[in-house]
Amino acid sequence: MNQSRIIPWIGFGLGALYFLIPLIATFEFSMRMERGTYSFKAYRIVFADPGFQASFAYSAVIAVLTIIVGVALVVPTAYLVQLKLPRLRPVVEFLTLLPLVIPAIVIVFGYLRMYNSSSILPLTGSARGTDLLLIFAYVMLSLPYMYRSVDTALRTIDIRTLTEAAQSLGSSWPRIMLQVILPNVRVGVLSGAFLTFAIVIGEFTMASLLNRPAFGPYMQLIGANRAYEPAALAIIAFAVTWACMGLIQLVASLSPGSKR
Amino acid sequence: MAFLSISRLTKTFGTNTTVKGADLEVERGEFLTLLGPSGCGKTTILRMVAGFETPTSGTIRIDGKDVTDLKPHQRKIGMVFQAYALFPNMSVRDNIAFGLKVAHRSASEIDARVKEMLELIKLPQLADRYPYQLSGGQQQRVALARALAIKPQILLLDEPLSALDAKIRVSLREEIRALQRQLGITTIFVTHDQEEALSMSDRICVMSEGRIEQLGTPFEIYNYPKTRFVASFVGTLNILRGKVTDGAAGRVQIDGQEVVTNRGLNGASTGDEVAVALRPEALSIGRANGQSNNLDGVIDEVHFLGSVVRIRVRFSDTAVSLDTFNRPNAAPPERGQPITVNFGREDILVLEGPAH
Repeated sequence: MNQSRIIPWIGFGLGALYFLIPLIATFEFSMRMERGTYSFKAYRIVFADPGFQASFAYSAVIAVLTIIVGVALVVPTAYLVQLKLPRLRPVVEFLTLLPLVIPAIVIVFGYLRMYNSSSILPLTGSARGTDLLLIFAYVMLSLPYMYRSVDTALRTIDIRTLTEAAQSLGSSWPRIMLQVILPNVRVGVLSGAFLTFAIVIGEFTMASLLNRPAFGPYMQLIGANRAYEPAALAIIAFAVTWACMGLIQLVASLSPGSKR
Repeated sequence: MAFLSISRLTKTFGTNTTVKGADLEVERGEFLTLLGPSGCGKTTILRMVAGFETPTSGTIRIDGKDVTDLKPHQRKIGMVFQAYALFPNMSVRDNIAFGLKVAHRSASEIDARVKEMLELIKLPQLADRYPYQLSGGQQQRVALARALAIKPQILLLDEPLSALDAKIRVSLREEIRALQRQLGITTIFVTHDQEEALSMSDRICVMSEGRIEQLGTPFEIYNYPKTRFVASFVGTLNILRGKVTDGAAGRVQIDGQEVVTNRGLNGASTGDEVAVALRPEALSIGRANGQSNNLDGVIDEVHFLGSVVRIRVRFSDTAVSLDTFNRPNAAPPERGQPITVNFGREDILVLEGPAH
C-alpha cells in the first residue's frame, strides 16, 4: 500500500474509532449487570419492563402517524413546487429548514401558548389533543429530512413529462399522484420516512414538555435512576436507527424499475 | 369538414407571443408535420392540441367538437414525447396497459390489447422488461404502443426521434409511418428535421416565429417554396444576388453572366436587384446547349461525402454548391480547375423581397 493510500486509511480508522469506542464501551458496560460475567440481563429487564413496551409502542405509533401526515403534506407540496411553482422553491426550502434553526424548546413553548386549554384551539386540554399536537410538531421537526428526500427523488425523474404522459392517457390528478409520481419517488419517501421514524423514536424535548409517555422521556427517566439499563437502552436506540438506515438501502435496491 | 381544425390560435407567454393566429386543418387519417426551427411555435401548437397549454385566443375542434377548454385527459389524444416518458416503475406490459386501466377496461380486454400492441411494435418478447432495460429505440416503440393502445382520436408526436442515433432514427421513422398508414390514425408530428418531414408526411406545415409560412405536400414545399424562409429552411439552397435585365423575358444577370428563368420573377421588374435560389441537385457540370443556363466559374472546394461529392464553384463574387454522385472510376475534380455549370430555366427560383 503506497503512502497516498495510507493517510486516508489512517483518517478513516481514527474517525471509526471515535465513533466505535464509546459504542463498544457502552455495549460492554450494558453486559456487566451480573457481577463477574457478561450477560444480557440488562436487556431482558428493559424488554420486560411494561414502561419500555408502552413508551416504545406509543412512540412507534406516533412515528407512523407522523410519517403518514408528513408524506401527505410533503409529496404534493414538493411535486407542485417543482411542476407549477418553481419560483417558490427557495421560500419552501427556507421554511423546511427552520426546524433546524429554531430550538425545539422554543417551538414547544410557542405551542403551549398557542394551544393551551384557555385558547381558541385548546389542543393541550386533552390527551388526544396533545397527541395530535405532538404529531404536528414531529411533522415539522422532520420536514428538513422528509422534504429533501422527496425533492431529491423528484428531481431524478422528469415529472413534467411523466405527468403529461399520464394525463394524455386519461389519468386524473389523484391517479397521477398515486400510480405515477409516488411509486417513482418511493425511495425518497421511504428514506424520509425511516429518518422520521428514527428522529421520533429518540425525541425527548417536545414529548417531555408536552407530558406524553414517549420513548425519549422514558430513556431519560431510566437514565436518571438505573445503572446498566440506560446503556442497554442506548444500544437498542442505536439498533433501531441502524435498522432504519439498513431499510433505506434495502428499499432503494429492491424498488421496481430501479437499476440494480 | 376537417377532422382537426385550428382557428386563429394564439399563445402568449408573458410578453412573448409564440403562436400568432395559426389556422390549420388536418384531414382524418392524414400525417401532418409541423416543421420549423427551435422557438417557432410548433411544439406550442402541439401542446395546445393536447391540452397541456391553454390558448390565449382561438379555437381547436376535433371531429367538429370544440375541445379548446377540455382537460388533457378528456381529449382522447395519444402523445409520444421526445424523452419517451415511460413510467419507470412499470414494466413494458404495464406501461401499455396504463391508459386502458384508467379507462376501466376489463382484464381480458386489456390483456388482448396489450398483446396486439406488442405484436404491432414487434416487441412481444420484452413485455416484462422495465424501461431502463430497453434501448432508446425500443423505449420509443413502447411509448408509441402505449399511446396507440387507447385508440386515440389523434396521435401527437413531439420530436420522437430526436434523442435516437441516426440509424435507429431512419428505421423508426419508416416504422412510424407504416403503422400510421396501417391504422389510418390522424397524426401530427413535430420536428425540426427537414429530412424527417419530407420523408414521412402527407403534408408539411412550415413555421417561423409563431406563424405558418407555408402548408403543402413535401413536393410542393421543396420545389415551390412560397417564402424565402421556406426556401432556405427546407433543403440546401444556393442563394445568389442578381439583377433583372429584362423582366418580360425573365432575364437575370448574376456576376456578369446572364441566365433566364421561366418560373416568374416574384414581382420583380427590370432593374431590380433580386435573390436567386438554386438547389444543389439542379446543377450539373459541363456546358449545356438549348434552353439551359450556363455559368462559368472555378472550383473552390471539393467535399467527399461518401455517395455524393459536393463541389463548390465560385463565380466572381458569389459561389454555389452542387452535388454529383461518387463514381469510383472517375477522380473528383480538383480545386482551381475552371468549370461550367448548367441548369434548367425552371430550376431558377427568384425569392420574394430584395436581395441581400
